[in-house]
Parts: sequence; C-alpha cells; structure tokens
Amino acid sequence: MKALLVCEVREGKLLESSYELLGFAAAMEADPVMVMVGTEDSVPDFKGTVYLGDVASMGEYNPGEHKQLVLDAVEKENPDYVVFSHSSYGWDLAPRVASALGVAQISEVVELVDGKFVLDACNAKVRRLVSPKTDRVVLTVQAGAFSDDGSFEGSPQVEKISPAGDGHPMEFLGYEEVDTGGVDLTKAEVIVSAGRGIGKEENVEMIRKLAKAMGGELGASRPVVDAGWVDHGLQVGTTGQTVSPKLYMACGISGAIQHLAGMKKSDFIVAINTDADAPIKEIADVLVVSDVTKLVPALLEELGG
Amino acid sequence: MKILVCVKQVPDMASSVTINAEGVWYVDEGLAFRLNEYDEYAVEEAVQLKEQLGGEPDLTILSIGPGRVKEAMRRAMAMGADRGVHIVDDEYYKKDSHQIASMIADFAKDKDFDLVFTGMQSQDRGSGQVGPAIAAQLDYACVTTLVGFEYEDGKITATRELEGGLHAKVKLAAPAVVTCQLGMNTPRYPTLPNIMKVKKKELLEFSPDDFASGDALVVTESMYVPEKKGAGLVLEGDAGEVAGKLLDVLKEKTSIVK
Repeated sequence: MKALLVCEVREGKLLESSYELLGFAAAMEADPVMVMVGTEDSVPDFKGTVYLGDVASMGEYNPGEHKQLVLDAVEKENPDYVVFSHSSYGWDLAPRVASALGVAQISEVVELVDGKFVLDACNAKVRRLVSPKTDRVVLTVQAGAFSDDGSFEGSPQVEKISPAGDGHPMEFLGYEEVDTGGVDLTKAEVIVSAGRGIGKEENVEMIRKLAKAMGGELGASRPVVDAGWVDHGLQVGTTGQTVSPKLYMACGISGAIQHLAGMKKSDFIVAINTDADAPIKEIADVLVVSDVTKLVPALLEELGG
Repeated sequence: MKILVCVKQVPDMASSVTINAEGVWYVDEGLAFRLNEYDEYAVEEAVQLKEQLGGEPDLTILSIGPGRVKEAMRRAMAMGADRGVHIVDDEYYKKDSHQIASMIADFAKDKDFDLVFTGMQSQDRGSGQVGPAIAAQLDYACVTTLVGFEYEDGKITATRELEGGLHAKVKLAAPAVVTCQLGMNTPRYPTLPNIMKVKKKELLEFSPDDFASGDALVVTESMYVPEKKGAGLVLEGDAGEVAGKLLDVLKEKTSIVK
C-alpha cells in the first residue's frame, strides 16, 4: 500500500505537522511518497520521492493550483491513501481533492483499528469507527494523534511539477499577525486561563487576580475570546498560542481538542470545572469539581492570607 | 442577488450523549438541540451582507434533518432570512458528508445563488467537508475558515484563520461558497417582533428523494463512548476546604506555590 503525504509549507518553512504524517504512514504500514509546494531547501530528509511544486511561481497557499499539484502526484503514483494534516491547510484542500477524485474522505483521524478509522465526535465525548467504500481514500489526521516516528533520514528524490489552476483563481493579499498586546504566553511559568464556565465577563477580573497572585499570566479559551471578554492575543489553543508552562490552571474550560492541543504539554495541569466528565479531566493532574466563581475567591483568600 | 445559508441543528455540547440501538449515532431523547454554532456566524454574516446591500439580496436558509430541525431554522430565519427550505430526513445521520453536499448542490444547481454561506464544520460530526464539497459540485469558488468577509461588486475579500494567531487575506470572485469560523462576527439575538414575523415567512418542505444524493462513500460502523483516563486527583467539596487542599498539592508537586 502506498500513502501520498501532502506536506505543508508556510513562508518557505516546512510545518512540523508534516512530520506527523510519516508517523501516520508507518502506523498504516504504507509506503510514503510526498508532495509539497516549497523550495528544495524546505524538502525534509526522507528516503523516497518528493513531488515539489515551485513556491517562487506558485506563491503562498492557493487552493486551485495546490489541488492540481496533488492530483498530478496522484496520477503519477497511484496511491491508496492521500494524507493531510487536519489543519487550516488540510481541511481546506482535502475535500477539494476528494471531490475531484470522486473518492471517500475521512476527516480528523485520531486512531487506527484493524484498518478502519477512529474519529472524535461531539467535542470528543464520543467516537466513531468508520470505513471507506472507495479503494482510494483521502484522509486528514488530527494534530498530535500520530507522532513523528524519527524516520526522517536519507536523501529524497525530488521531482518538480508545475500544476495549472482550476479556473477559480484566489489572489493572496498577505498574512496578518493577531496582536498579542505584548504578552508572550509561551514564556510564562504560570498561566491561569478563563473558559466559558466563568459565566460572565465581570468574572474575568477574578481569574486575572488569581493569575497575578500566582505570579503568572491570564490566558483564555476560544469562546471567551470570541465573546470579546479577553483579548485575542491571550487565546490558548491551535488557533492561538501553544504553551507549556510549569503550571496551567484551566478555569471553566471543558477542553475542546483545539484547546488541549495548545496546552497539554504543560508540566502540571489543574482543571476547575463543575462537569466532572469534561474532556479536560483526561489530561489534568488535578480536577477540582467546583464552580469557578466559588473556588477562585476561596483560592485568592488562601493566597492573600 | 441570491444567498443560500446551509445550517445544521446539533446537540448542545454540554448535554450528555447516549448511543442509539443501531450503535451508529446518538439518541435525541434527553438532548437539548441548538443551531450549530459555526452556522450561527454564517447566518449573521449573510444577514449583514443583505443589510449592507439595502435588503435587496434574497436569503434562503436550508437544513437537512428530522422535524426538530425546524426550531433551529426558525431561529436562523428570525435573524433576517426570507425563507426556509427543510429537507425532512429522519435518516440524515446515515448519510456521509458527500451525500449531504450532493443533496444541497442538487437543490442549488438551477437557482443561481451568488453566495453560499455555511459553518466551517458541525459541532457533532466536525468533518468540515460539506462546504468545499458543495462548491466542487456547483463548480463555485470556495474559501474556508473565515474570520473576516467583505463583498463589493461580485468580489470577495476574505480573512482566513490559520494556526498560531496568523490570518491570511485573500481575494476571489463570486459565485462562491464561504465557510465561517467562530468569532467571525457577533451573531444577533432574534428580537420578539422578528420571531413573530417568521410565522409569515415561507418554510418549504422537501423529501430526500427529491434530490440526488448518490451512495455513501464513508460508512459509520459504530459510535461509542471512549474509555476515559480520569484525572490524577479529583477534589470535591466545600470551596474553602478544596482551595486549601489544592494549594497543598501545588506546594508539594510544583515549584510555583511556596
């Protein structure tokens, strides 16, 4: 069996998530071949063929041309699997490729069981075991679910291809960084984060006080940021900052996969939540089953005394 | 101008999920249902565009699912749509993303929609495939994961959310399918007069047999509650006592609390 791994390059750099695709191919016992848009310098050490689209002429991500590039590589290699990371790149491009090939797509694979695929559903409360009905399958793989197996060695055989577009041009105007307001959460030793469970905007203040009292910084989960209670720059998770402090306190955060991916490498994790079944408990060293608005004032009192 | 917004009704993610007798989906009993959060942003963005263009665009809300999904549709319609289209399908959960997209594309194919809005994914299944698959079948342009959207004279300027606090700005031409990310705008609460007006708006019903869905390309073999690793230590009880216990644990296990 053969797996075509679609690696992601941004501003000339191969993204780390691409390395996890090789771990996935190994778990599938499939022979890996790669396709990417980049420079020869961005091609990883790898024993096999890499189809390379020229980033100088193709520019940053452009769905029509990238789709055609992957289709050209599929045509040359005839792979059983076409594999992407489940990222803003993969979830955008994979369905375009699957539709063009007329084959099954399975999104955000977390595990393999007897050649079938396990997916999370309902915020990881339940899982689905699914199987494809087509011989060729397009897959996206959850970030962190399969690790880099260390097989990045050897010299790739680079084959350059120049794809055409698909008649739906998309002009890339530029990247924009979200303003972090000067706070670099990645350097904080303690982060106390506020989630939807804090109930209302006024309660952000007590979380901020607790962060100060612990000598740390305030963080937040996505819903709190989207509600405008806390600045975008303080968001922890895949779309915000990825952090690994000595102590992470999640206050009223249920633990959506995107949040967990951004903080699970913290040394010590405390979760405060009224729901003893919230997914965050799986990675918490301590789970305090309590209402944040009662526990945090109690903590502040203990710390002040 | 014609706008289609595709929405799904999903369980409130705070409710606990029980698996059905077939073992492939959840049972409705005991669940609170709501409009898929991502779709709420899609509806709001479409309504804002309608307002920007002086109310001229004709805005249709489409949903597939059992009778209960009308509740979510009425909420979406009360936010400012002109009509609803409900494909009444009790077996919606047996269809894969490809089939759902095929039915929507078959409905839309002769209606010349200029824009199709939808959420970037559903909260229950989360495949993120339906939007791009509709675009592929209609041969429309597609842009996903938007946190910003501007429209002028058939041209879209969109802000896509990438990872790590990075956004990409792109420009493309309608007709297009756009998928919406959380936080894109501030979805309005339907006002009471607007909720009342929904009763007078047209809500068309169709059967799944009215549209070509093709065969499922992906089949759910089983759905199950995963065995969960519990937290290392669980503290419960009076807030004051628990706070003291927690600080003791932190003194022992971390170098932070002294």
